[in-house]
Amino acid sequence: MFDDLRELYQEVILDHGRAPRHGHRLAVFDTTAKGDNPMCGDRVQVWVRLDEMKRIAQTGFEARGCAISVASADLMAEAVAGRTSTEAKRLFADFATMVRTGNCPDCDAAMESLRVFAGVHEFPSRVKCATLPWHALTAALDGGQEVADD
Amino acid sequence: MSIATSIKRPTAMLDVEAVRADFPILSQTVRGKKLVFLDSAASAQKPRTVIAAMSTTMETQYANVHRGLHWMSERTTDAYEGARDAAARLLNARAREEIVFVRNSTEAINLVAHSYGRGVMKPGQAVVISEMEHHSNIIPWQMLRDAHGTEMRVAKVTDAGELDQESLATHLADGKVGLVAITHMSNVLGTYTPAQRIAAMAHAAGAKVLFDGSQAAVHRVVDVQALDADFYVFTGHKLYGPTGIGVLWGRAELLEAMPPFMGGGEMISSVSFEHSTWAQVPHKFEAGTPAIVEGIGLAAAIAYVEAIGFEAISAHEAALTEHAIASLSAIPGVRILGRAQDRGGVVSFTLKGAHAHDVATLLDRQGIAVRAGHHCAEPLMHRFGVESTARASFGMYTTKSEIDALAEALERVREFFA
Repeated sequence: MFDDLRELYQEVILDHGRAPRHGHRLAVFDTTAKGDNPMCGDRVQVWVRLDEMKRIAQTGFEARGCAISVASADLMAEAVAGRTSTEAKRLFADFATMVRTGNCPDCDAAMESLRVFAGVHEFPSRVKCATLPWHALTAALDGGQEVADD
Repeated sequence: MSIATSIKRPTAMLDVEAVRADFPILSQTVRGKKLVFLDSAASAQKPRTVIAAMSTTMETQYANVHRGLHWMSERTTDAYEGARDAAARLLNARAREEIVFVRNSTEAINLVAHSYGRGVMKPGQAVVISEMEHHSNIIPWQMLRDAHGTEMRVAKVTDAGELDQESLATHLADGKVGLVAITHMSNVLGTYTPAQRIAAMAHAAGAKVLFDGSQAAVHRVVDVQALDADFYVFTGHKLYGPTGIGVLWGRAELLEAMPPFMGGGEMISSVSFEHSTWAQVPHKFEAGTPAIVEGIGLAAAIAYVEAIGFEAISAHEAALTEHAIASLSAIPGVRILGRAQDRGGVVSFTLKGAHAHDVATLLDRQGIAVRAGHHCAEPLMHRFGVESTARASFGMYTTKSEIDALAEALERVREFFA
């Protein structure tokens, strides 16, 4: 029945959507920002702690949203660990291309854990679910403010 | 009390297959499956007569209205003004001049908030809304509050999803309320509000009353005189008509006392650079070239609904709603919001372990269209402690087997996320 939906709702996504590992605010953090998609009501707040080299040491989030957005936030938190702000934003650019088109010609190994979201491109109304946490992360890295998605 | 007690015994049966044959879109397939359209509360599909009225107008008798001294303009004006007669008949208005054409319910409420709220009400007076309003009946009053110093009060909704009349009475008690603006049927809970009672309470407290009939006017007879309403608004596209046309009904004496909303052509009597005077009601509120083709489409939609008859429509939809509540309630993990005694064909629900957007995507893959999200009623979502819901809503063309399809599909969604 839902064979095509397995492309969207991969086991990894269902798992992280159900039981996110990083779905909590950080007690100690350097920056935070909220992301808001007013059309669908999804909301996410991201907290980031940086190390002494200004690399992302830890990311936590609180999300109000669907399985796609929660899983995206959770896998994002893992994927950006140890990266600089510039590297994280570069990863977001590639991620955004992938969820919009299904392809990611320039992606390197950093994208590996995020490839489960490639199926999102077949569901145009759900692309924003996947990108919202990244918008919030970007805003946090840029100094922290509220952003509305796209 | 069960839902069944609120259902009137059908005296006129609705032939749903005949109705469906009038709606070309219902024969479409989606993702290779028969379309099951359960999102009529967002916007209803259009019968062939509406589509034909609009295209025939553009193909055979179209010109601008109210100004041309030629055959085409006169014919188009007649057809367009016929929509005013149709709307007046639909609402049982005292006079056709009490019908003001607007783009939609949102614009109608904004018109009242501006022209009555700022033009007639005094700063310091209050407007009472309820917790179950659509954003379109919240934001205009917030804007009025911020611009004009009008207080905005919010009457509570009970756990059953009904208007808390004690709360309304409390808000009315100090006599400062100038207007009560409340939905006639919730777009989330399906609840009908006791409009007649609300109007009586408002009037006893010296306030006027506006009903947002965006949902109600689609499903049951609305008689503004019997309700003793002061303003009533609805939108064409939910009533099987086109987008871009809606109606504000207001008592003539109120409309006459109100200043215009927007300025421009059509709404004037005379214009000079020093001073201009306004046209008579309703044209005073209808600046610019109106939605001519859409107005003619609305007239066709009203005629269509009247031909089917609200008695038959109400009975059909009440049976569907009862069936939907019973079917969905039987699914483990499904929670239906609101248990109002008097309710219409809108059923909002949550499914344990699955976000409404995920539910909607999985239903869509099975050819079933529902709405998911906050339904432009965020405060109501908070009131019921949910972030969002999925919503199935019914129209006169909805069938019992479509509800069964929803229930079966929802079972599969539940298994998917289990």
